[in-house]
Amino acid sequence: MIDKTVASLSAAVADVHDGATVMIGGFGTAGMPSELIDALIAQGARELTIVNNNAGNGEVGLAALLNARRVRKIICSFPRQTDSYVFDALFHAGEIELELVPQGNLAERIRAAGAGIGAFYTPTAYGTPLAEGKEARLIDGRGYVLEYPIAADFALIKAEKGDRWGNLVYRKTARNFGPIMASAAKCAIAQVREIVPLGTLDPEVIVTPGIFVQRVVAVDVATQRAQPQAAA
Amino acid sequence: MKRFSRDQLSARVARDIPEGAYVNLGIGLPTTVANHLPSDREIFLHSENGLLGMGPAPAPGSEDPDLINAGKQPVTLLMGGAYFHHADSFAMMRGGHLDICVLGAFQVSVEGDLANWHTGAKDAIPAVGGAMDLAIGAKRVFVMMDHQTKSGASKIVERCSYPLTGVRCVNRIYTDLAVIDVTPEGLRVVEIVDGLAFDELQRLTGVPLTLAGADSAAAAGRSTATLSER
Repeated sequence: MIDKTVASLSAAVADVHDGATVMIGGFGTAGMPSELIDALIAQGARELTIVNNNAGNGEVGLAALLNARRVRKIICSFPRQTDSYVFDALFHAGEIELELVPQGNLAERIRAAGAGIGAFYTPTAYGTPLAEGKEARLIDGRGYVLEYPIAADFALIKAEKGDRWGNLVYRKTARNFGPIMASAAKCAIAQVREIVPLGTLDPEVIVTPGIFVQRVVAVDVATQRAQPQAAA
Repeated sequence: MKRFSRDQLSARVARDIPEGAYVNLGIGLPTTVANHLPSDREIFLHSENGLLGMGPAPAPGSEDPDLINAGKQPVTLLMGGAYFHHADSFAMMRGGHLDICVLGAFQVSVEGDLANWHTGAKDAIPAVGGAMDLAIGAKRVFVMMDHQTKSGASKIVERCSYPLTGVRCVNRIYTDLAVIDVTPEGLRVVEIVDGLAFDELQRLTGVPLTLAGADSAAAAGRSTATLSER
Protein backbone atom coordinates (compact mmCIF):
# COMPACT_ATOMS: atom_id res chain seq x y z
CA MET A 1 0.00 0.00 0.00
CA ILE A 2 1.33 3.41 -0.97
CA ASP A 3 1.23 5.85 1.88
CA LYS A 4 2.94 9.21 1.43
CA THR A 5 1.69 10.56 4.72
CA VAL A 6 4.33 11.26 7.33
CA ALA A 7 3.62 11.17 11.03
CA SER A 8 5.38 14.35 12.06
CA LEU A 9 6.68 17.62 10.71
CA SER A 10 10.19 16.78 11.92
CA ALA A 11 10.14 13.45 10.07
CA ALA A 12 8.93 15.24 6.94
CA VAL A 13 12.04 17.46 6.76
CA ALA A 14 14.57 15.13 8.43
CA ASP A 15 16.73 14.61 5.32
CA VAL A 16 17.08 18.20 4.12
CA HIS A 17 20.85 18.50 3.70
CA ASP A 18 23.20 21.43 4.11
CA GLY A 19 23.44 23.38 0.85
CA ALA A 20 20.06 22.17 -0.42
CA THR A 21 17.87 24.27 -2.68
CA VAL A 22 14.49 24.53 -1.01
CA MET A 23 11.40 26.05 -2.57
CA ILE A 24 8.96 27.51 -0.08
CA GLY A 25 5.42 28.21 -1.17
CA GLY A 26 3.39 31.26 -0.27
CA PHE A 27 2.74 34.81 -1.35
CA GLY A 28 3.42 36.85 1.74
CA THR A 29 1.91 34.73 4.46
CA ALA A 30 -0.92 33.26 2.33
CA GLY A 31 0.12 29.69 1.59
CA MET A 32 3.33 29.92 3.57
CA PRO A 33 4.03 26.52 5.18
CA SER A 34 5.04 28.02 8.52
CA GLU A 35 4.97 24.74 10.46
CA LEU A 36 7.27 23.01 7.97
CA ILE A 37 9.62 26.00 8.09
CA ASP A 38 9.70 25.81 11.88
CA ALA A 39 10.52 22.12 11.59
CA LEU A 40 13.33 22.95 9.15
CA ILE A 41 14.74 25.51 11.59
CA ALA A 42 14.70 22.89 14.35
CA GLN A 43 16.28 20.35 11.99
CA GLY A 44 19.26 22.64 11.49
CA ALA A 45 20.19 22.45 7.79
CA ARG A 46 22.49 25.30 6.75
CA GLU A 47 23.75 27.11 3.67
CA LEU A 48 20.35 26.75 2.03
CA THR A 49 19.26 28.36 -1.21
CA ILE A 50 15.65 29.40 -0.78
CA VAL A 51 13.16 30.07 -3.57
CA ASN A 52 10.12 32.11 -2.53
CA ASN A 53 8.23 35.11 -3.89
CA ASN A 54 9.25 37.25 -0.94
CA ALA A 55 11.93 37.27 1.73
CA GLY A 56 9.96 36.87 4.90
CA ASN A 57 7.57 38.93 6.99
CA GLY A 58 8.09 39.92 10.61
CA GLU A 59 10.05 37.29 12.53
CA VAL A 60 8.04 34.16 11.80
CA GLY A 61 8.14 31.54 9.04
CA LEU A 62 10.68 32.34 6.33
CA ALA A 63 11.91 35.39 8.26
CA ALA A 64 12.69 33.14 11.23
CA LEU A 65 14.69 30.81 8.95
CA LEU A 66 16.68 33.80 7.70
CA ASN A 67 17.10 35.08 11.24
CA ALA A 68 18.58 31.72 12.25
CA ARG A 69 21.30 32.31 9.60
CA ARG A 70 20.46 29.17 7.68
CA VAL A 71 20.11 30.76 4.25
CA ARG A 72 23.04 31.51 1.95
CA LYS A 73 21.04 32.74 -1.01
CA ILE A 74 17.46 33.70 -1.78
CA ILE A 75 15.82 33.71 -5.21
CA CYS A 76 12.72 35.90 -5.13
CA SER A 77 10.80 38.69 -6.85
CA PHE A 78 9.87 41.04 -4.05
CA PRO A 79 12.12 40.98 -0.95
CA ARG A 80 11.44 44.53 0.24
CA GLN A 81 8.25 44.84 2.25
CA THR A 82 7.17 46.96 5.19
CA ASP A 83 7.96 44.11 7.58
CA SER A 84 10.96 42.47 5.85
CA TYR A 85 13.44 43.91 8.36
CA VAL A 86 15.15 40.57 8.99
CA PHE A 87 16.07 40.20 5.33
CA ASP A 88 16.88 43.90 4.98
CA ALA A 89 19.46 43.75 7.77
CA LEU A 90 21.12 40.58 6.41
CA PHE A 91 21.22 42.06 2.92
CA HIS A 92 22.77 45.33 4.02
CA ALA A 93 25.32 43.39 6.09
CA GLY A 94 26.25 41.36 3.01
CA GLU A 95 25.25 38.13 4.75
CA ILE A 96 22.80 36.89 2.14
CA GLU A 97 22.94 36.65 -1.63
CA LEU A 98 19.91 37.86 -3.59
CA GLU A 99 18.85 36.78 -7.06
CA LEU A 100 16.01 39.09 -8.04
CA VAL A 101 13.65 37.61 -10.64
CA PRO A 102 10.50 39.21 -12.05
CA GLN A 103 7.53 37.38 -10.57
CA GLY A 104 6.26 35.86 -13.81
CA ASN A 105 9.75 34.73 -14.79
CA LEU A 106 10.11 33.18 -11.36
CA ALA A 107 6.84 31.29 -11.78
CA GLU A 108 7.66 30.20 -15.33
CA ARG A 109 11.21 29.12 -14.44
CA ILE A 110 9.77 26.95 -11.69
CA ARG A 111 7.08 25.61 -14.01
CA ALA A 112 9.71 24.92 -16.69
CA ALA A 113 11.77 22.83 -14.28
CA GLY A 114 8.73 20.73 -13.43
CA ALA A 115 7.75 20.40 -17.08
CA GLY A 116 11.18 19.36 -18.36
CA ILE A 117 11.77 22.51 -20.40
CA GLY A 118 15.46 23.28 -21.01
CA ALA A 119 15.06 27.06 -21.25
CA PHE A 120 12.60 29.54 -22.69
CA TYR A 121 12.41 33.03 -24.20
CA THR A 122 10.23 35.51 -22.34
CA PRO A 123 9.40 39.14 -23.20
CA THR A 124 9.38 40.07 -19.51
CA ALA A 125 12.38 42.20 -18.46
CA TYR A 126 13.64 42.64 -22.03
CA GLY A 127 15.57 45.90 -22.25
CA THR A 128 15.73 46.32 -18.46
CA PRO A 129 18.59 45.96 -15.95
CA LEU A 130 17.24 42.53 -14.93
CA ALA A 131 18.05 41.21 -18.42
CA GLU A 132 21.67 42.35 -18.35
CA GLY A 133 24.10 39.56 -19.20
CA LYS A 134 21.33 37.35 -20.51
CA GLU A 135 20.93 36.13 -24.05
CA ALA A 136 18.29 38.13 -25.90
CA ARG A 137 16.79 37.83 -29.36
CA LEU A 138 14.10 39.28 -31.55
CA ILE A 139 11.30 36.91 -32.46
CA ASP A 140 8.76 38.28 -34.93
CA GLY A 141 10.06 41.75 -34.18
CA ARG A 142 9.66 41.51 -30.43
CA GLY A 143 12.45 41.34 -27.86
CA TYR A 144 12.80 38.25 -25.64
CA VAL A 145 15.22 37.14 -22.93
CA LEU A 146 16.46 33.58 -22.42
CA GLU A 147 15.63 32.21 -18.99
CA TYR A 148 16.60 28.87 -17.44
CA PRO A 149 14.53 26.63 -15.17
CA ILE A 150 14.78 26.69 -11.39
CA ALA A 151 14.69 23.20 -9.90
CA ALA A 152 14.94 22.29 -6.24
CA ASP A 153 15.92 19.46 -3.96
CA PHE A 154 12.90 20.04 -1.76
CA ALA A 155 9.67 22.02 -1.91
CA LEU A 156 7.78 22.93 1.24
CA ILE A 157 4.20 23.84 0.40
CA LYS A 158 0.88 24.32 2.13
CA ALA A 159 -2.37 22.82 0.91
CA GLU A 160 -5.84 22.46 2.36
CA LYS A 161 -6.40 18.72 2.00
CA GLY A 162 -4.34 15.77 0.87
CA ASP A 163 -4.64 11.99 0.68
CA ARG A 164 -2.16 9.14 1.08
CA TRP A 165 -1.34 9.21 -2.65
CA GLY A 166 -0.32 12.87 -2.38
CA ASN A 167 -3.27 14.36 -4.23
CA LEU A 168 -3.82 17.95 -3.10
CA VAL A 169 -6.42 20.69 -3.11
CA TYR A 170 -5.69 24.20 -1.94
CA ARG A 171 -7.59 27.06 -0.37
CA LYS A 172 -8.28 30.34 -2.22
CA THR A 173 -5.18 32.47 -3.01
CA ALA A 174 -3.04 30.31 -0.72
CA ARG A 175 -2.61 28.09 -3.81
CA ASN A 176 -0.17 30.54 -5.47
CA PHE A 177 3.20 28.74 -5.97
CA GLY A 178 2.19 25.37 -4.47
CA PRO A 179 1.35 23.38 -7.61
CA ILE A 180 4.38 24.50 -9.66
CA MET A 181 6.84 24.14 -6.78
CA ALA A 182 5.59 20.62 -6.14
CA SER A 183 6.40 19.71 -9.74
CA ALA A 184 9.85 21.35 -9.70
CA ALA A 185 11.31 19.62 -6.63
CA LYS A 186 12.82 16.15 -6.29
CA CYS A 187 10.98 15.88 -2.99
CA ALA A 188 7.79 17.88 -2.52
CA ILE A 189 6.53 18.02 1.04
CA ALA A 190 2.99 19.28 1.59
CA GLN A 191 1.61 20.31 4.93
CA VAL A 192 -2.17 20.04 4.88
CA ARG A 193 -4.92 21.03 7.25
CA GLU A 194 -6.50 17.64 6.84
CA ILE A 195 -5.53 14.23 5.48
CA VAL A 196 -8.60 12.65 3.94
CA PRO A 197 -9.23 9.01 2.98
CA LEU A 198 -8.24 8.01 -0.55
CA GLY A 199 -11.18 8.57 -2.90
CA THR A 200 -12.61 11.46 -0.91
CA LEU A 201 -11.14 14.20 -3.12
CA ASP A 202 -13.18 14.70 -6.28
CA PRO A 203 -10.89 13.66 -9.17
CA GLU A 204 -12.31 16.55 -11.20
CA VAL A 205 -11.05 19.14 -8.74
CA ILE A 206 -7.70 17.73 -7.61
CA VAL A 207 -5.25 20.57 -8.32
CA THR A 208 -1.95 18.78 -7.73
CA PRO A 209 -2.02 15.10 -8.70
CA GLY A 210 -0.03 12.89 -6.33
CA ILE A 211 2.72 12.17 -8.85
CA PHE A 212 4.20 15.57 -7.96
CA VAL A 213 4.10 15.01 -4.20
CA GLN A 214 6.37 12.78 -2.12
CA ARG A 215 5.26 13.52 1.45
CA VAL A 216 2.07 14.74 3.10
CA VAL A 217 1.93 15.82 6.72
CA ALA A 218 -1.09 17.01 8.65
CA VAL A 219 -0.76 20.15 10.71
CA ASP A 220 -2.73 20.09 13.86
CA VAL A 221 -5.29 22.88 13.75
CA ALA A 222 -4.82 23.55 17.46
CA THR A 223 -1.10 24.08 16.83
CA GLN A 224 -1.89 26.55 14.05
CA ARG A 225 -4.12 28.55 16.35
CA ALA A 226 -1.54 28.60 19.12
CA GLN A 227 1.30 29.69 16.90
CA PRO A 228 0.68 33.44 16.56
CA GLN A 229 0.65 33.73 20.35
CA ALA A 230 3.84 31.72 20.63
CA ALA A 231 5.48 33.98 18.09
CA ALA A 232 4.38 37.23 19.71
CA MET B 1 -3.31 75.91 -11.06
CA LYS B 2 -6.17 73.48 -11.03
CA ARG B 3 -5.28 69.79 -11.00
CA PHE B 4 -7.22 66.56 -11.13
CA SER B 5 -7.47 65.23 -7.58
CA ARG B 6 -6.46 61.63 -6.95
CA ASP B 7 -10.13 60.75 -6.82
CA GLN B 8 -10.91 62.51 -10.10
CA LEU B 9 -7.96 60.81 -11.73
CA SER B 10 -9.15 57.37 -10.60
CA ALA B 11 -12.65 58.18 -11.85
CA ARG B 12 -11.23 59.35 -15.17
CA VAL B 13 -9.32 56.08 -15.68
CA ALA B 14 -12.40 54.08 -14.66
CA ARG B 15 -14.39 55.77 -17.44
CA ASP B 16 -12.06 54.20 -20.02
CA ILE B 17 -12.62 50.64 -18.79
CA PRO B 18 -15.47 49.07 -20.74
CA GLU B 19 -17.91 46.30 -19.91
CA GLY B 20 -16.35 42.87 -20.21
CA ALA B 21 -12.74 44.04 -19.85
CA TYR B 22 -10.18 41.85 -18.07
CA VAL B 23 -8.19 44.31 -16.00
CA ASN B 24 -5.27 44.33 -13.60
CA LEU B 25 -5.01 47.35 -11.32
CA GLY B 26 -1.49 47.81 -9.98
CA ILE B 27 -0.59 48.34 -6.34
CA GLY B 28 -1.11 51.83 -4.91
CA LEU B 29 -3.07 54.56 -6.69
CA PRO B 30 -4.27 52.27 -9.55
CA THR B 31 -6.05 50.08 -6.98
CA THR B 32 -8.41 53.00 -6.24
CA VAL B 33 -9.75 52.87 -9.81
CA ALA B 34 -11.89 49.95 -8.61
CA ASN B 35 -13.83 52.33 -6.37
CA HIS B 36 -15.08 54.18 -9.45
CA LEU B 37 -16.12 51.28 -11.69
CA PRO B 38 -19.89 51.51 -12.10
CA SER B 39 -21.72 48.60 -10.51
CA ASP B 40 -23.84 48.04 -13.63
CA ARG B 41 -20.72 47.29 -15.69
CA GLU B 42 -19.34 43.73 -15.48
CA ILE B 43 -15.55 44.03 -15.37
CA PHE B 44 -13.18 41.21 -14.45
CA LEU B 45 -10.47 42.29 -12.04
CA HIS B 46 -7.36 40.11 -12.07
CA SER B 47 -4.84 39.94 -9.25
CA GLU B 48 -1.52 38.34 -10.10
CA ASN B 49 -1.29 36.26 -6.95
CA GLY B 50 -4.02 34.08 -8.42
CA LEU B 51 -7.58 35.30 -8.70
CA LEU B 52 -9.97 36.60 -11.31
CA GLY B 53 -13.23 38.26 -10.38
CA MET B 54 -11.80 40.10 -7.42
CA GLY B 55 -14.32 41.93 -5.29
CA PRO B 56 -14.00 44.76 -2.77
CA ALA B 57 -12.46 44.59 0.68
CA PRO B 58 -14.43 42.41 3.13
CA ALA B 59 -16.39 43.84 6.02
CA PRO B 60 -14.25 44.31 9.13
CA GLY B 61 -14.03 41.04 11.00
CA SER B 62 -14.61 38.82 7.97
CA GLU B 63 -11.10 39.01 6.50
CA ASP B 64 -9.64 35.71 5.33
CA PRO B 65 -5.81 35.43 5.38
CA ASP B 66 -6.02 32.99 2.45
CA LEU B 67 -7.88 35.53 0.29
CA ILE B 68 -5.65 38.50 -0.51
CA ASN B 69 -4.69 40.64 -3.49
CA ALA B 70 -1.27 41.38 -4.96
CA GLY B 71 -0.85 44.15 -2.41
CA LYS B 72 -1.43 41.50 0.28
CA GLN B 73 -4.62 43.24 1.41
CA PRO B 74 -7.70 41.14 2.25
CA VAL B 75 -10.22 41.08 -0.59
CA THR B 76 -13.33 39.12 -1.63
CA LEU B 77 -14.20 37.00 -4.65
CA LEU B 78 -17.23 37.86 -6.76
CA MET B 79 -19.73 35.24 -7.86
CA GLY B 80 -18.18 33.51 -10.88
CA GLY B 81 -14.63 34.28 -9.77
CA ALA B 82 -11.80 31.77 -9.92
CA TYR B 83 -8.50 30.88 -8.24
CA PHE B 84 -5.41 29.61 -10.05
CA HIS B 85 -1.69 29.10 -9.50
CA HIS B 86 1.07 31.56 -10.29
CA ALA B 87 2.16 30.13 -13.65
CA ASP B 88 -1.43 30.33 -14.94
CA SER B 89 -1.83 33.81 -13.50
CA PHE B 90 1.26 35.10 -15.27
CA ALA B 91 0.26 33.30 -18.48
CA MET B 92 -2.86 35.48 -18.38
CA MET B 93 -0.62 38.53 -18.13
CA ARG B 94 2.32 37.65 -20.38
CA GLY B 95 0.10 35.88 -22.87
CA GLY B 96 -1.82 39.05 -23.72
CA HIS B 97 -5.12 37.92 -22.23
CA LEU B 98 -5.63 41.01 -20.10
CA ASP B 99 -7.27 43.91 -21.91
CA ILE B 100 -6.01 46.67 -19.65
CA CYS B 101 -3.41 47.08 -16.97
CA VAL B 102 -3.14 50.25 -14.90
CA LEU B 103 0.21 51.06 -13.31
CA GLY B 104 1.88 53.83 -11.36
CA ALA B 105 5.16 55.26 -12.63
CA PHE B 106 8.25 57.28 -11.76
CA GLN B 107 8.81 58.19 -15.41
CA VAL B 108 7.40 57.51 -18.87
CA SER B 109 9.39 58.33 -22.01
CA VAL B 110 8.10 59.80 -25.26
CA GLU B 111 8.30 56.34 -26.79
CA GLY B 112 6.33 54.74 -23.97
CA ASP B 113 9.22 53.28 -21.99
CA LEU B 114 8.16 52.78 -18.37
CA ALA B 115 10.20 53.18 -15.18
CA ASN B 116 8.29 52.26 -12.05
CA TRP B 117 10.19 49.67 -10.01
CA HIS B 118 13.47 51.17 -8.85
CA THR B 119 14.88 54.64 -8.30
CA GLY B 120 18.39 53.41 -9.00
CA ALA B 121 19.58 54.35 -5.51
CA LYS B 122 22.65 52.25 -4.75
CA ASP B 123 21.71 51.22 -1.21
CA ALA B 124 18.07 50.44 -2.01
CA ILE B 125 16.97 46.82 -1.83
CA PRO B 126 15.63 46.01 -5.29
CA ALA B 127 12.13 44.56 -5.52
CA VAL B 128 10.30 44.07 -8.80
CA GLY B 129 7.35 41.72 -8.19
CA GLY B 130 5.02 41.50 -11.18
CA ALA B 131 5.70 45.00 -12.52
CA MET B 132 7.70 43.86 -15.55
CA ASP B 133 5.16 41.18 -16.50
CA LEU B 134 2.30 43.66 -16.25
CA ALA B 135 4.16 46.27 -18.28
CA ILE B 136 4.63 44.04 -21.31
CA GLY B 137 1.67 41.72 -21.09
CA ALA B 138 -1.63 43.56 -21.28
CA LYS B 139 -3.19 44.64 -24.58
CA ARG B 140 -3.26 48.23 -23.31
CA VAL B 141 -1.10 49.68 -20.55
CA PHE B 142 -2.35 52.78 -18.76
CA VAL B 143 -0.13 54.79 -16.44
CA MET B 144 -1.45 56.99 -13.61
CA MET B 145 0.97 59.45 -12.07
CA ASP B 146 1.57 63.04 -11.07
CA HIS B 147 2.61 65.09 -14.06
CA GLN B 148 5.63 66.48 -12.22
CA THR B 149 7.92 65.42 -9.41
CA LYS B 150 7.73 67.28 -6.10
CA SER B 151 10.53 69.55 -7.33
CA GLY B 152 8.60 70.37 -10.50
CA ALA B 153 10.45 68.23 -13.04
CA SER B 154 8.35 66.57 -15.72
CA LYS B 155 7.83 62.83 -15.20
CA ILE B 156 7.23 62.52 -18.92
CA VAL B 157 10.74 62.51 -20.32
CA GLU B 158 12.78 62.10 -23.48
CA ARG B 159 14.59 59.10 -21.98
CA CYS B 160 13.97 57.53 -18.58
CA SER B 161 16.83 58.15 -16.14
CA TYR B 162 15.50 55.51 -13.73
CA PRO B 163 15.95 51.77 -14.47
CA LEU B 164 13.37 50.57 -17.00
CA THR B 165 10.45 48.29 -16.22
CA GLY B 166 9.51 47.79 -19.86
CA VAL B 167 10.38 49.11 -23.30
CA ARG B 168 7.77 50.92 -25.43
CA CYS B 169 4.91 49.45 -23.46
CA VAL B 170 2.77 52.41 -22.29
CA ASN B 171 -0.29 53.32 -24.36
CA ARG B 172 -1.90 56.10 -22.35
CA ILE B 173 -0.77 58.39 -19.52
CA TYR B 174 -3.21 59.89 -17.01
CA THR B 175 -1.74 62.70 -14.93
CA ASP B 176 -3.14 65.35 -12.64
CA LEU B 177 -2.88 67.75 -15.59
CA ALA B 178 -3.75 65.81 -18.73
CA VAL B 179 -4.56 62.57 -20.51
CA ILE B 180 -1.93 61.79 -23.12
CA ASP B 181 -1.70 58.98 -25.67
CA VAL B 182 1.63 57.50 -26.64
CA THR B 183 1.49 57.11 -30.43
CA PRO B 184 4.04 56.27 -33.13
CA GLU B 185 3.87 59.95 -34.06
CA GLY B 186 4.66 61.05 -30.52
CA LEU B 187 2.70 62.17 -27.47
CA ARG B 188 -0.84 63.27 -28.27
CA VAL B 189 -2.84 65.21 -25.69
CA VAL B 190 -6.45 64.06 -25.59
CA GLU B 191 -7.57 65.99 -22.53
CA ILE B 192 -6.33 68.84 -20.35
CA VAL B 193 -7.47 69.81 -16.88
CA ASP B 194 -10.00 72.62 -16.92
CA GLY B 195 -8.38 76.05 -17.16
CA LEU B 196 -4.91 74.93 -18.26
CA ALA B 197 -3.82 76.12 -21.71
CA PHE B 198 -2.06 73.69 -24.05
CA ASP B 199 0.96 75.99 -24.24
CA GLU B 200 1.30 75.96 -20.47
CA LEU B 201 0.97 72.16 -20.39
CA GLN B 202 3.68 72.00 -23.06
CA ARG B 203 5.94 74.25 -20.97
CA LEU B 204 5.49 72.04 -17.88
CA THR B 205 6.08 68.84 -19.82
CA GLY B 206 9.38 69.55 -21.51
CA VAL B 207 9.00 67.03 -24.32
CA PRO B 208 7.04 67.74 -27.51
CA LEU B 209 3.27 67.30 -27.30
CA THR B 210 0.62 67.59 -29.96
CA LEU B 211 -3.02 68.31 -29.42
CA ALA B 212 -5.48 65.69 -30.59
CA GLY B 213 -7.85 66.62 -33.45
CA ALA B 214 -10.70 69.06 -33.01
CA ASP B 215 -13.26 66.30 -32.44
CA SER B 216 -11.46 64.67 -29.58
CA ALA B 217 -10.46 68.07 -28.17
CA ALA B 218 -14.14 68.96 -27.95
CA ALA B 219 -14.87 65.63 -26.32
CA ALA B 220 -12.00 66.26 -23.95
CA GLY B 221 -13.45 69.65 -23.07
CA ARG B 222 -16.78 68.05 -22.22
CA SER B 223 -15.29 65.39 -20.01
CA THR B 224 -13.08 67.88 -18.22
CA ALA B 225 -16.13 69.97 -17.49
CA THR B 226 -17.84 66.90 -16.07
CA LEU B 227 -14.92 66.30 -13.79
CA SER B 228 -14.72 69.86 -12.49
CA GLU B 229 -18.42 69.82 -11.67
CA ARG B 230 -17.90 67.06 -9.14
